Amino acid sequence: MIRRAVVTLAAASALVAALTGCGESPQVVQYKQGKYQGKPDEPAYATAPWNGNKQEWEQALATRNQNQNEYKRIR
Amino acid sequence: MARMKFLCDAERCIECNGCVTACKQEHDIPWGVNRRRVVTINDGVPGERSISVACMHCSDAPCMAVCPVDCFYRTDDGVVLHDKDLCIGCGYCFYACPFGAPQFPQAGAFGVRGKMDKCTFCAGGPEPNNSEAEFKKYGRNRLAEGKLPACAEMCSTKALIGGDGDVLAEIYRTRVTHRGRGSDVWGWATAYGRPDQPKQQPGATPGGPAPATPPAGGSKS
Repeated sequence: MIRRAVVTLAAASALVAALTGCGESPQVVQYKQGKYQGKPDEPAYATAPWNGNKQEWEQALATRNQNQNEYKRIR
Repeated sequence: MARMKFLCDAERCIECNGCVTACKQEHDIPWGVNRRRVVTINDGVPGERSISVACMHCSDAPCMAVCPVDCFYRTDDGVVLHDKDLCIGCGYCFYACPFGAPQFPQAGAFGVRGKMDKCTFCAGGPEPNNSEAEFKKYGRNRLAEGKLPACAEMCSTKALIGGDGDVLAEIYRTRVTHRGRGSDVWGWATAYGRPDQPKQQPGATPGGPAPATPPAGGSKS
């Protein structure tokens, strides 16, 4: 009787241990809010010529970024 | 959201120091301060490699962690910046940084340490964008002008590239798949074609003379 219980317990433990490997842990680090004590900074797209238009600013940077890719620049 | 990063390809860097010069000129940086520098490993030895180093704008920046006055902050684009009005010039960040990025202006014979200065990814600092105060303290704000860092854009061989990390990775991947890597990038085979593939050689004609082979080194008489 005791032997059977021990075997059952061991099997249950092994099952739990095996299933633990199937678990999923978050891969992305969640950063805490910084403790920055200085002056607030405005985003790069806040002023002219973007005047807060973030999409336009990002598009300008993306275009500029691809200028570094000679395989796209030459062809 | 872009995460701004630098990537330096040691296979391409020719140690011209153009990035260093561009940075100094762009931000009017004084003597003794080098926001960017070129490091050469095995200098003078065949196979030497150079790499351009500055602040890498770490995602989990150690300078930020150790600063006793918390003068560092990270922009939405992943650029690590600091407030010089708050900095006390203690030098902790210099010890913490694995790249030696923080710099300290010196004055006088014994080097009075000033406020910390470092690469801003050409993003200025906590002053109004493109203002006189921002230029004096942090240098030019090229990001606010829709431009990328001067060092990367000036790099003649495009060894140093800067911008959105995902885009940089894609550019690098394209290079590697087109031109190979390691010894495939430079050398005899790239310039003159491979001996076992004569069609790759310039001016090769089918059935023509045997292609030239690289000189076998080590045969001394």
